[in-house]
Amino acid sequence: MKPRTLLDKLWDVHEIMQRADGTSLLWVDRHLVHEGSHHAFAKLKERGMPVAQPHLTFGVVDHYAPTRPGDVAPDIRRMIKTLGDNARAAGIKLFDLHDPEQGIVHVIGPEQGLTLPGLLINCGDSHTSTHGAFGALAFGVGATEVAHILATQTIWQKRPKTMRVRFDGMLSAGVTAKDMALHWIAGLGADGARGHAIEYAGAAVDALSMEGRLTLCNLSIEGGARLGMIAPDDVTFAYIKGRPFAPKGAAWDAAVADWRALVTDEGAQFDREVVFNAGDIAPTLTWGTTPEEALSITGSIPDPESMPGGKAAHARASLEYMGLSAGTPLDGVPVDQVFIGSCTNGRIEDLRMAAKVLAGRKAKVPGLVSPGSASVKRQAEEEGLAQVFIDAGLEWADAGCSMCVGMNGDHVESGKRCASSTNRNFKGRQGRGARTHLMSPAMVAAAAVHGHLADVRPMLEGRI
Amino acid sequence: MSGWSKIDGRAVALAQANIDTDQLIPARFMSQPRKDGYGDFLLFDAREDDAKHPLNRHARVDVLVTRRNFGTGSSREAAVYALVDYGIRAVLAPSFGDIFASNAVNNGLLPARIDADVIEELIAALGAGEAAAAVDLEAGTATIGNRLVAFDLDPVWQQKLINGWDDIDLTAQHKGEISRFCAARVAAHPWATPTSKHETKT
Ligand code: SF4
Repeated sequence: MKPRTLLDKLWDVHEIMQRADGTSLLWVDRHLVHEGSHHAFAKLKERGMPVAQPHLTFGVVDHYAPTRPGDVAPDIRRMIKTLGDNARAAGIKLFDLHDPEQGIVHVIGPEQGLTLPGLLINCGDSHTSTHGAFGALAFGVGATEVAHILATQTIWQKRPKTMRVRFDGMLSAGVTAKDMALHWIAGLGADGARGHAIEYAGAAVDALSMEGRLTLCNLSIEGGARLGMIAPDDVTFAYIKGRPFAPKGAAWDAAVADWRALVTDEGAQFDREVVFNAGDIAPTLTWGTTPEEALSITGSIPDPESMPGGKAAHARASLEYMGLSAGTPLDGVPVDQVFIGSCTNGRIEDLRMAAKVLAGRKAKVPGLVSPGSASVKRQAEEEGLAQVFIDAGLEWADAGCSMCVGMNGDHVESGKRCASSTNRNFKGRQGRGARTHLMSPAMVAAAAVHGHLADVRPMLEGRI
Repeated sequence: MSGWSKIDGRAVALAQANIDTDQLIPARFMSQPRKDGYGDFLLFDAREDDAKHPLNRHARVDVLVTRRNFGTGSSREAAVYALVDYGIRAVLAPSFGDIFASNAVNNGLLPARIDADVIEELIAALGAGEAAAAVDLEAGTATIGNRLVAFDLDPVWQQKLINGWDDIDLTAQHKGEISRFCAARVAAHPWATPTSKHETKT
């Protein structure tokens, strides 16, 4: 048999049929819905159709989840209630606002053992690529497609092209999966992987924890990829074992046997291969309004005039929006506030890393820490991390998307500069006029302590 | 959704790259029900911050000519609703966000891919002004002013736009195959089902 890539294997096992035009009808193993899925439920209702496979569908309150005490705005309450009504009517298991397992959809999927190798996972959210860290075929879809999946448990897709992104060598201390992601996106562009399914590989990827792999796959979409994946291994299996929805007993053994085959065969061809040296990567952060406008913390803001045509115009607009000028060293740019959280970097390991930097230190600027799930929150409290954040002067909030997108009211005021562990530095993403710098949670912690963008590496000496 | 094969209208240029879906519709508007229309939310912040924004200068826009990576970012279909409800039928750009492009086609909006150098010529010709625009889906061409350009479009998407096809109807024809596949999947990979309960209602 012809050697196959991981994508080929996952695709073939989910393909129900292929139309003459090459589009495949794929079976969806897990469908995750959130408050934003209201358009899709409305479409279904219009047609008088039921949810085909409610037991393969899971709902969670995350985008609008209030993370701080106080009154909840009526339209936010309505969004949360609508999801609850839709889930109950369809018989869908819902992790509601006060459920002990509530959290961001891409955090709780893995945590609950809903995300498994070999599955096809869809959600009406672009960062569904996160789940590919388990060797799953996971991609975001729009509302019309959510309605289609609800109605049929299938999706029409064209097979994307394949791309292997390899990181040889090892990351140096204080450099994380977030830096790997921003590094490759800065190199290839925010549409650099357009139309491709990425498989991450190489020694530095193998060495990542599950948390790190989730961060790397999460950001695939910011480089334009349809999805990102990592072949499952013992790290993956150890993470899954014993999770609430994970297979148990004989089913577990059968699962692991199947999962071990989920690797790209020797000699399989990718449409594109890119190689980076992990040892070359320094803590990386964005300076502009697209994730590709990113640089090492040791760098200075580039001069738009030295950039090629289209990029120059964009960079000029970015600098104007960000209130920055060419030639300014990134280290030293004052920040007004910080945010740690999101589906990119709101997991326990992210909080541990930030706490390592913050322990025994004080933040010079205010900041919000919102854990990725209620269970991450409990664990962080048990481990004493929450106390580290509080002692440093940061606010310790409840779980949700929070300041990543500001839908729940946690937002950055216009003109304010925020060091953020999130995934999008788009204009207005964290609030109208907000100036976002994306970086790892450790780098956010460093910015909090200094009150300006700073290299975290010296601050970690003797601590990792 | 009704299909279409030709449009005639007005084109303007939006000379920016990376117009993401957060810009197309800021998140704060997304809790609105669709029936009230999303047109007013389109590029809301940009239009409010800049009186000379192309959408403020021109009363009618059917075709947008813009730079690379249009519609990147969030999967929010609301970005497409905002464009469609505003009256836009086609966007011409060198590249699109993948999810945005399929959302567009699902709502009758054409994401027409055109080489960057041709787009730059169109943008230069349009400047701050506007021009007559005609799009022919069957032929795969757009005419902006007096310039005729060919665009790239997946043939499946072309047929979907022309016929106004709805995927749920198409899929209904494959009900039998889906049920058989589902049963086989469960039998071969029992671990893939989170509970023992299993039923097919498709
Ligand atoms: S944390 Fe941010 S990126 Fe992740 S799902 Fe929530 S809003 Fe989207």
